[in-house]
This record gives sequence, C-alpha cells and structure tokens, in this order.
Amino acid sequence: MKKPVPQLLISALFASLLAACGTTPTTDSGAPVESRTVTPGSTGANTAGTTGSNIAGNAAGAQGNRLRDPNSILSKRSVYFEFDSYSVSDNYKAMIDAHARYLQGEKGGRMTIQGNTDERGSREYNIALGQRRADAVKKMMMLMGATDAQIETVSFGKEKPHNAGHDEGAWTENRRDDFVYRGE
Amino acid sequence: MTRLFLRPHWLFALVCLLSAGGARAQLTIEIIGGGATTIPIAIVPFASEAAYPLSTSTVVGADLARSGLFKLVDAGGVVPRPSRGEDVRYGDWSARGADAVVVGSMTPQPDGRVEVRFALLDTVKQSQLAAFNYVVLPTQLRATAHRIADVIYEKLTGDVGVFSTRIAYIAKQGPRYELLVAEADGFNPQSIVSSNEPLLSPVWSPDGTRIAYVSLENKKPVIYVQSLSTGGRQVLANFRGSNSAPAWSPDSASLAVTLTKDGGSQLYLINADGSGVQRLTSSGGIDTEANFASDGRSILFTSDRGGSPQIYRLTLGGGAIERMTYDGNYNVSPRNLPDGRGFVFVRRDGGRFNIALQDFATRQVQVLTQGSLDESPSVAPNGKLIIYASETGGRGILAAVSSDGRVKQRLTAAASDVREPAWGPLLK
Repeated sequence: MKKPVPQLLISALFASLLAACGTTPTTDSGAPVESRTVTPGSTGANTAGTTGSNIAGNAAGAQGNRLRDPNSILSKRSVYFEFDSYSVSDNYKAMIDAHARYLQGEKGGRMTIQGNTDERGSREYNIALGQRRADAVKKMMMLMGATDAQIETVSFGKEKPHNAGHDEGAWTENRRDDFVYRGE
Repeated sequence: MTRLFLRPHWLFALVCLLSAGGARAQLTIEIIGGGATTIPIAIVPFASEAAYPLSTSTVVGADLARSGLFKLVDAGGVVPRPSRGEDVRYGDWSARGADAVVVGSMTPQPDGRVEVRFALLDTVKQSQLAAFNYVVLPTQLRATAHRIADVIYEKLTGDVGVFSTRIAYIAKQGPRYELLVAEADGFNPQSIVSSNEPLLSPVWSPDGTRIAYVSLENKKPVIYVQSLSTGGRQVLANFRGSNSAPAWSPDSASLAVTLTKDGGSQLYLINADGSGVQRLTSSGGIDTEANFASDGRSILFTSDRGGSPQIYRLTLGGGAIERMTYDGNYNVSPRNLPDGRGFVFVRRDGGRFNIALQDFATRQVQVLTQGSLDESPSVAPNGKLIIYASETGGRGILAAVSSDGRVKQRLTAAASDVREPAWGPLLK
C-alpha cells in the first residue's frame, strides 16, 4: 500500500468489463426455488439447515383445458402499460373480460395478477408501481364479474424482467401484468 | 492533528482483496477520490507480525487509506524499527512528512493466543495519542486490525470509525441470488441465504443480530427476518398481496413495512416476531420505503400522494405528515442521517438517478454522485459515508461516497452483479 498501482487498476477494470458480458436474463416463474428453511437453535449462519425444495408447477385440474388452449383468448395472459402509467389500454378489455367471465363461471378458480415495471428507479418504489398495475386490472375484472376472493394481486417490481435489455424496447416488454391461475 | 496537507483528488490506492478460500462475490474496493485534506501517517510493520498469516499493520493501513482521509507514508528504512511508543524518534518521521506514526508488536501467549500492542503518536506535538493492547486468537487478527484502525481514525478525525462494521448486499450470479454479509472492507463474504428468485431490501437490526429482507421465492414479495448467529429465519409478513420495504425501529423491537393487504401500498408497523400489525398511513396513493429517524420519533417515507413520488415525514404519536422534497418530480428512497441533521435519498434529474443529501433545517440539497443509475443508499453508522448501488458497463456495482461528496470508492465483485447494500451497525 505504499504506492499507486495503476496497472493493476486497469487490469481490474478490464476484467470487470469482460465479466459484464456474463449477465443472463432472469427466467420466468416456475424455476426451482431453494430456500434455507432453518430450524431455530441450529448453529452457523451460513451453513445451517439448507433444505432444497422444488416448487414445480402442478397440472391444473378441472379448470385446465380452456386456459391452456392456444386458440382461446384465455391463453393470453399479459397486459402491457405505458411509461409511468397504470391505465389499461382498450386493446386488453376483451381479454380481461374473458378472464373475468371465466372466474365468474368457475367459482373455485383463483388467479394471481403479477405486476411488473421497467428497470428505472427505486426497487421498492417499483414494487409499489407494479402493485398498482396489478390492482388496476383486478378492479376491472371485479366490475366484470370476478370476486375479490378469486384474485390476489402481487408485484415483482423491476426484479423479474422478461427482457434483460436496457433500452425502450426492453422496457416496453417489462411494463406488464401477467395472469397466473392457481395450479399453474 | 494540527497540520493538514492539501491533496488532489487522485486515485492513490487500489486495495486488491483476495481471500484464501476464493470466496464468492468478494468485493474489490478502489478509491477514486480523496478528501480535501489527507493526514500523512506512517504505519510501521508490527514486531513479529510476519510470524502470522495476516499482516496486521497492512490491514490497518489499507483501512485508513480506503477512507480517503489518510495518506500512507513509507515506513521502510528506519533502523532500528520502532515497535513501542517510547522507541519512536519523532524526527525520523517528521522528516518523512508523517504527521502521525503507528507502531506495534505481536507477542505469542502460552495459551495460543497473541497479544497485539499498538501505539499512535503525533509527530507534530511529539506526544502519544493512544496505546492499547488486545489478547486475541490468531483468527481474530483481522477484527483486531479493524479495531486499531477505528481507534486511529477516531483520534485523528474526531469521528467514530466504521472499519469494524459489516455490510450486507445482494449478489446475482447467473440466475442465482445471494444475500451476503462481509466485513466493511469487503473481506470474508458469507452467504446467509440464496435463491433462484430475487432477494432485495436487506436491512440490519440496529442491535446487529438480525437482517430483514424481501424474497420473491414464494412468487410474491414476502418479508423474512433472519438471525445472524443461528441462521434461523422466520416470516415477518406474508399477507395477501405484496409485503416489502422493511425498516427497523431503533430499539430493534419492531419494523415499519409496506403491505397491500387492505388495498394499495401503505405503511404498517409490525413487531419483530410478526405480531401486532398496526396501520401507520391511510392515503389513496403509494406510501412505501419507510426509514426511522435514529431517535425513533419519526419516519421518512416515499409517497406519490401529491402526484409524483416525493419524500414525506410522519411524526409518530401525533401522526402529522409533512412533505420534505419539492425539487424535481422523482425523489425516493429516503434514509435518515444518524445525527438527525438531514437525510439522503435518490433523485431523478433528466433521466439520471443520483444520491443526494438534504438538510432538515435549510432544506438545501447537495447531489453527491454522478452515475446514471445510482440507487439504494445506506448510511454508515458514523454518518460519514453512504454506500449505494450503481452500474457500470451494464453490471451492478456498489459504490460509496462521503457525506461531503469528496471521497468516492467503488466496490466490484468478479462475475457478479452486486446491489442492495446495507451498512451494519457499530459493534457494541
């Protein structure tokens, strides 16, 4: 630590630039989750009680077929938003109406609406913005016949982008709600 | 110190950190700006320290240099090399331009421990400023070096040192997210939780025993509190909807959180065991990102109740809410300074996101950083440094800036995106 070491710095910066190429996009839900479910009283913060648990999608039961039919409007599951907006474009009204009517007809049907944002801004504020996008669609579905108990709204904020890019094209893809039925 | 030298803002040191175990997401810290004044200090290698795998005096020197407030003066070539305060000939050191000199020694004990002695001397006043000794296990030498650096820093700057503190951060490597806890110099990162789903918003309990964080592993934001001593964790909040933005109260007994269970993102208070949920705000808009003042009497938070996200202060007890920021249309992520003088936050200006500091009394705002995507600030417990997340070449890095904006550090981890830093409390 006696002298400046610029040559080391330059190589470190170069290495970090190279390493930057290794970023991979986050995959969508359904990925296995390993969580440390640790029993109190065990020792060692870093190694204690690691239990791998795979949460795999179960096949949807009775309600499955229409939802999975690619020719059905019910297979459409995403609503996209303008920048800084949670107003739902008219283009999505028919699709949202179809899901609301499906839930109206399947009293046992349960859906989660996952709100998402683009990568700009505070992570936590984006969680709240994504929540508002999910809430906006839920409100429409309730007016169209679904019930409060059938729809849970959650937000991933900017944490789970579909497109890992850093331009307007990527951001447009990432400002969205996804609909996921229970069991999917 | 009475004599201080003006130093330019140059990169003057790179601390290359490589741990023996090749640990994961090890942070490398480089300093990219120093204080307006730096204190020239000579750290003499401690007697017998070569007998140990870790050079204590080197860690002390690296800590001080990294703060940006010290300049290391070459300590080589003084014969005989002093190891006790009384051995120091002040003229040897003032001739080299050192305003302060540190000497020390290591003495093995019969039980396998080692006695570390050190003394700090002022070459200008020709007096001893501090002398301590510690009897520690060889595995505690890094921690001891950080404590020595804290003593020197406090004696020479008048502020509390934070070299003995720890930081938490999230590293993303491929699809994997890890919450890591490391020493303040980036050494010894230890994974406390890992997941294939995002982890975010780690916050230390002020007593240093637990970290609260948000995990998406259950396909929704859920808040956990995890013990650092046992690794055991429990769900703090998993209500219908999203559960996020945890913030500890100063007594570590409760947390302010953002829940959507009653519609919209609103602030609630919850006991640290998950019981006793109590609603704090009722607005039609977004209320989130709570942060307690160090006296526990108020909470800063982000709200868009006025049309754009701005920072507000909620006085607990009375419930009065006051808007704090007016400049610009995106001011978020407030964190109180420990001295109660003001707060740091993220402001957007012309598409750039930067860390800024606002004074409570004058409402004056100072922008501290110049990146384009600076976010998630966390204030060191002495209030002198702010660690935050930034980005370079599309990759997440951590950076730190002094609260006067002068000292800047960059912390990178090989092959990882690092983000969401959280500075731990002072060791009791």
